[in-house]
Amino acid sequence: RQVLEEMRALYERNQADVSEAKSGRTDLIFLIRFRHCCLLRNQRCVLAYLYDRLLRIRALRWEYGSVLPTTIQFHMSAEEVEWFNQYKKSLATYMRSVGGEEGLDLTQDIKPPKSLYIEVRCLRDYGEFEIDDGTTILLKKNSQHFLPRWKCEQLIRQGVLEHILS
Amino acid sequence: MCEAYFPVDPGLGLEENFLSLDDILMSQEKLPGRAESALPRLAFVLGQGVGTGDSIPEGSKLEIPLWLAKGLHDSKRRIISVELPKIYKEAWRTVFSADANVVDLHKMGPYYYGFGSQLLNFDNPENPEIAQTILQTFISRFRRIMDSSQNAYNEDTSALVVRLDELERALFRAGQKGLIDFQCWEKGQASQITMSSMVQNYGKRKFTDMDG
Repeated sequence: RQVLEEMRALYERNQADVSEAKSGRTDLIFLIRFRHCCLLRNQRCVLAYLYDRLLRIRALRWEYGSVLPTTIQFHMSAEEVEWFNQYKKSLATYMRSVGGEEGLDLTQDIKPPKSLYIEVRCLRDYGEFEIDDGTTILLKKNSQHFLPRWKCEQLIRQGVLEHILS
Repeated sequence: MCEAYFPVDPGLGLEENFLSLDDILMSQEKLPGRAESALPRLAFVLGQGVGTGDSIPEGSKLEIPLWLAKGLHDSKRRIISVELPKIYKEAWRTVFSADANVVDLHKMGPYYYGFGSQLLNFDNPENPEIAQTILQTFISRFRRIMDSSQNAYNEDTSALVVRLDELERALFRAGQKGLIDFQCWEKGQASQITMSSMVQNYGKRKFTDMDG
């Protein structure tokens, strides 16, 4: 926001000088050009910052899944949240269209799987976790479980569970 | 191991990438130059005058950042003429041709290669030699970077990296990453699902409230 105000101030001063230059004082051209350079520079910095934020938010979708933790959402502006939702929708549409009737969840199986069930240890208290056949498992710190891969992958990537190799 | 965040790379050759953060940092580096004609009312901004009404007399020496030099440079050269920073001049060029491996490129301006490529944009009679020197320096240093990045596993690499400029450091990191991935694969850990580094970083940082 500060940058926008600065840009506006510079632009207004530039306008004043342009009108002065048109009335015959040609030696002010350098000043105008200089200010134009500064404006372009500010614009470039702001754009690069915003674009970098977008790239990180896109990465967040792949890391965290569809729902962002509230601490992160707090730091995003309304437009960025809107962009994130649109990106989620596009990704979901694409995943549905690829691979048969039900679609293919591209966010699963980032590394080629070796087996259907994996051994995991819980790093943090998470609460209850339900698997497909209806049993709920209480995830407390340092408890070990033998669980199907597709259920745990999200949690492992988020750091709640830890994958153990025998 | 698979990262989802891909930042914009710096540009190669004569053009910079508009959105690349590395390029923006690189173009902040200063160049010596000379004012070709009197520049009215700019003295205060460029640090040489006291009041805002002063103008810079013709021929005075200035240090300006690269982005400003590129903007104010004109083929008719009415405003600014740029000189080469000393590292690209004759004396240093002979040092580089003698042995490029001993030069501490990080201290000389951490963007030696990128900045040098941008300098070729300004008309300068020494451009072919500058280009040649940069190329030769890179070739001679490359082998050492490659060797050190591929053989330093699980060690503190800060001593190796300290004399490299930014481009070389990026290469070094790429080499290290390849080495670490390979070692993981050898140990059989390639199929282990790991916590993504973004999540790790967010977990460690404490978010503070920003004003405004």
